[in-house]
Order: sequence, then structure tokens, then C-alpha cells
Amino acid sequence: MPQNIEIIHARFRVAHPGFTLDVDLQLPGRGVSALFGASGSGKTTCLRAIAGLEHAPGGYLSVNGEVWQDDSRGLFVPTHQRPLGYVFQEASLFPHLTIRRNLEYGMRRVPKSARPENSKIASLQHVVELLGIAPLLERMPHKLSGGEKQRVAIARALAASPRILLMDEPLAALDLKRKNEILPYLERLHDELEIPLIYVSHAPDEVARLADHLVVLEQGRALASGALGETLARLDLPIRLGEDAGVVLEGEIAELDAEWHLARVAFTGGNLWVRDNKLPIGQHVRVRILARDISIALGTHLDSSILNVLPATVEQLADDTHPALSLVRLNAGGVALIARITRRSAAKLGLHPGQKVWAQIKAVALVG
Amino acid sequence: MVTISDPALSAIWLTLRLATVTTLLLFIIGTPIAWWLARTRSWLKAPVGALVALPLVLPPTVIGFYLLVAMGPQGPIGQFTQALGLGVLPFTFWGLVVGSVLYSMPFVVQPLQNAFDAIGERPLEVAATLRAGPWDTFFTVVLPLARPGLITAGILGFAHTVGEFGVVLMIGGNIPGKTRVVSVQIYDHVEALEYAQAHWLAAGMLVFSFVVLLLLYVFNPNGRRK
Repeated sequence: MPQNIEIIHARFRVAHPGFTLDVDLQLPGRGVSALFGASGSGKTTCLRAIAGLEHAPGGYLSVNGEVWQDDSRGLFVPTHQRPLGYVFQEASLFPHLTIRRNLEYGMRRVPKSARPENSKIASLQHVVELLGIAPLLERMPHKLSGGEKQRVAIARALAASPRILLMDEPLAALDLKRKNEILPYLERLHDELEIPLIYVSHAPDEVARLADHLVVLEQGRALASGALGETLARLDLPIRLGEDAGVVLEGEIAELDAEWHLARVAFTGGNLWVRDNKLPIGQHVRVRILARDISIALGTHLDSSILNVLPATVEQLADDTHPALSLVRLNAGGVALIARITRRSAAKLGLHPGQKVWAQIKAVALVG
Repeated sequence: MVTISDPALSAIWLTLRLATVTTLLLFIIGTPIAWWLARTRSWLKAPVGALVALPLVLPPTVIGFYLLVAMGPQGPIGQFTQALGLGVLPFTFWGLVVGSVLYSMPFVVQPLQNAFDAIGERPLEVAATLRAGPWDTFFTVVLPLARPGLITAGILGFAHTVGEFGVVLMIGGNIPGKTRVVSVQIYDHVEALEYAQAHWLAAGMLVFSFVVLLLLYVFNPNGRRK
């Protein structure tokens, strides 16, 4: 087995009565990989197997060149000897320790030789600042709100200098308000972390905001695994982040239009105008465009109310779930978009791969 | 006026010594048993659990009888202790300790087992992901979280040992300063129709037992609710 340095290779087969997990995943050794799927799809089992909390017999796992499990050689590194951080769905802080002692618990157990000297996450202070928990340090866990607890749990995992961070639906147990309180911190992690993060979720908005790499699990199998944008733009798979197909684009705020309260997001394939949410110029953002919000025209219509119109090339046409509808994959300057139109419209416009069209985008959602 | 006599003081002192040694030994022996019972999925769990609970239902004389036979010169334990040069245990302090440990075992093991059960899997998993090995986890997470159970186990084990009579009589007999504990002393007084002395000790036991249980319920309500 060649050991690629910047890669996570996980091969597990778990068979419980009524449930099987059978995956062979290659995940990037940096950035956020989301394991997305409904409950019972095996995503948590997969994460637990990566952590060694569950021993999948006959499995193989290497993380950035280090083999943690290879049952063909009888190798299974127990969880407490794996340099990982794990955030559970419930914060699971130790109730008998103060927040500070909770944070120090893992940190103090990092072997001296494994303490990274120049890594930023090594210092407790940095972790405390990153998650904004300085005022909580001397309190006991039961005095904290759900959102605060979860931030401490994330900080505690980071303080142990992990080489990979695993998160099992860290926001699922929180209400919307708490969730929105933590998401910005997770985005900061995404930007600052030098280690890979594997994020288990069934929430489309979290995946859209955080993931770089998407693995879609269904009934214990990986339906798709690839970069977020590409995977979402595949027409051959019924992949829906939420109620509708759509893509996520990355760009940055390039211009603010004070008069109309709009912001221009520049991305590889062009520009999109979105509502100005008081983000500074240069801010890295993600926007989500649903297939139902894109219509296709053969020419530009200057007399339309639609603000965002991008030149694009038709790449592929496919049937949608309803026989009246079809999905069209477009290429806008190298970025994939999906449009849903009626089959009648597709026929009327004579759409075919290679055709130059205009993508009229009715709605763009800023997701982070 | 009736004063607490020398024999009574010696009986009280012996009783406290016996209960203390027994409780300490029960923590050492009972903790691993309780941990194993709380964690195992082995088929042996039910038989071992039943074995530990036996003293709850058996007459103390039955336990005392079998121990007397087993620890006697012809019994397997007796042969063993003789081989070690320790002589035989019946009618000695350490014989009483062995009997008490067995007799009070369920009162220590069951609260501990309940406390370990209540902790659940999650804190152990969290500790493992924070690089704590199994022993480390046991001492830094399990024991602190099981504290109400530990207190309950200690108090019940101690109090139950103070209150035993049948086992002591069977394997300890009635040797002043050596095996004559308070409960036996009371029995002696009653036999001898010394009701005044019996009253003193009996009332003392009553108050002691009430205070112990009161402390348990007042300061450790969670440990008993389980």
C-alpha cells in the first residue's frame, strides 16, 4: 500500500444486524471533508472507526502517512495512542472538572516528543481565543449553555495537539440560535487549521458552509466522494443538499455598492451581486445557488429584473425526478452550475452540449 | 450507676477495627469486581452477580458454617493457610475479617456497580480521545464521577459489618478482645440477664446506625436514588 503523505485512506467493513458499513475512502489530508448522509447511513460509525472507538475487523486506516489500523498486519493503534481530536454530538465535558481543567486534560497527556513547537494550536491561549471561551475558564460545565459547552469541547479537542480533528454532528443537539453562534467559529477553524477535519453531518447548510470535500453516504456505502463543487454538480447522482440540487461557489467580496446595498462576489467564473451583509471587501465567502433558481436564455435580456446573468456553456442534460423536468449542467468560466428547467423549454431552446447560453440566476444565498 | 465497662470498650474497639479493615479490603476487592460487572458482556456476568448477592438472602449461619468448615484444619482454605504458616483462621480476628468481607460484599459491590453503570460509555470514550489510557481514565474520570457510589459503598459496607452477628458467632466464637464484637457482647449480656449493660450497647448501636444512614441520605442523596 503506497503511503501518500497528504491523504487519509480509510477502508472499513462493519456488519451489525440490520446495518452494514462498507467504505473505501481517500480523503484529502487537509481541509474539511464532510461525511454527509441521513441517519443510519453509517457516517458516525465511519467516524468512530477512524477514531478507533469502534474496531472494524479487517480494516485499514492511514492518516497522512501514519498507519493507525492494518488488520492484515495485526496493527490496531488504540484510541488513546492516536493523536486525534474528537468532538461528540453532545459536548460531553467532564462534569467534575472546571473548564480550564477540561481543556488541560488532553493537553497534559500529549507526549513531550509529540508537542508541536511552532504549531499554533499547541498553545492553550490560542485555542481559548480561537473559540472565544476566555470568560468561561474557571466555571464548571453545568453552568454553561449548550453552545458554550460545545465550543469548550472543540477547544478541548484542539488543545491536545491533534493531527486530525473529527467532529460528529457537533451542532445537531443545538437549537438554531446556538448553532449560528458556533458556525462562525467553525469557519474560523476551517480557515486557520493546518490539520484535516472530518465533519459528520446531515445538515445541508453546514456542509455548504464548511466542506471542501464531500462524501455522500447512503446505507453504509459511499455514493460519491469528491471536491464539494464538482460533487454537487454531478447529474448522475441524486445528491441533494437539502430539498434541492444546487452548487456552492467560493469567492470573495470585491466591491460594495452603497447606493443599492449590494456586494459583488468575484469568483473564478465571473461576478455575482448579492445583498450586502456588511462583510468587508476581501472577505472569503461561499454562495449557494439552487438548480431551481437558474433559468436559461439564449440571449441577454436587459429588460429583466434578474441581476445576475452569466455566460455559460451547456455541458450535459439529464432527466430530473419528475418527467416534466430536466437538469442542465452548465460551465460558467470553469465553474459548474446546475439549472432545472422544463423539458419543454429545453426542447424549445434546442439545448445541446457545447451550446453557448446565458444563465439567469434568480437567487444567490450567501452561506458563509 | 452503670458505666461503659472495659469489656464493652474492648468490644467496641474490636468492632470498629473489624469494620475498618473489612471496608478497606472490600474497596480493594470489590472495585474491580463491580467494574467488571458493570462493563462485561460475558455470560459469566449473571452467575458472578448472583454469587456476590448471595449474602443478601442466605442466613448468616450458612455462610458462617461453610467458612468454618473451609477454613478449618481439614478445609481447603485451612490447608492453604497452614501451608503458608499462618495456622487456621477460625476463632481469630483475621477469620472474622474473611467472613465479614464475604458477608458485606454485596453492600459494597452493588452501589459501586450502579455508579459505574451510570457513568456510561461516553466519558470513557472522551478520555480515550484525549489520550488517557485505561488506568489513567479509571483514576481521573471514573472514580471522581462515581464518588456518590463510593461514599454509599463505604458507609454501607462499614455499617453492615458493624451490624453482623451470625457469621461472627459461627467463625469467631466469643473470645474477649479477639472476636467478641459489640453484637456478640450484647447477646452475652442478655444471656446473663445484664439488661442494663445490654441497653447501653444496644442503644449505642441503634443511634450509630441511625446517624450513619441519616448522613448517607442527607449528604449523598444522589447515590441512593439510583
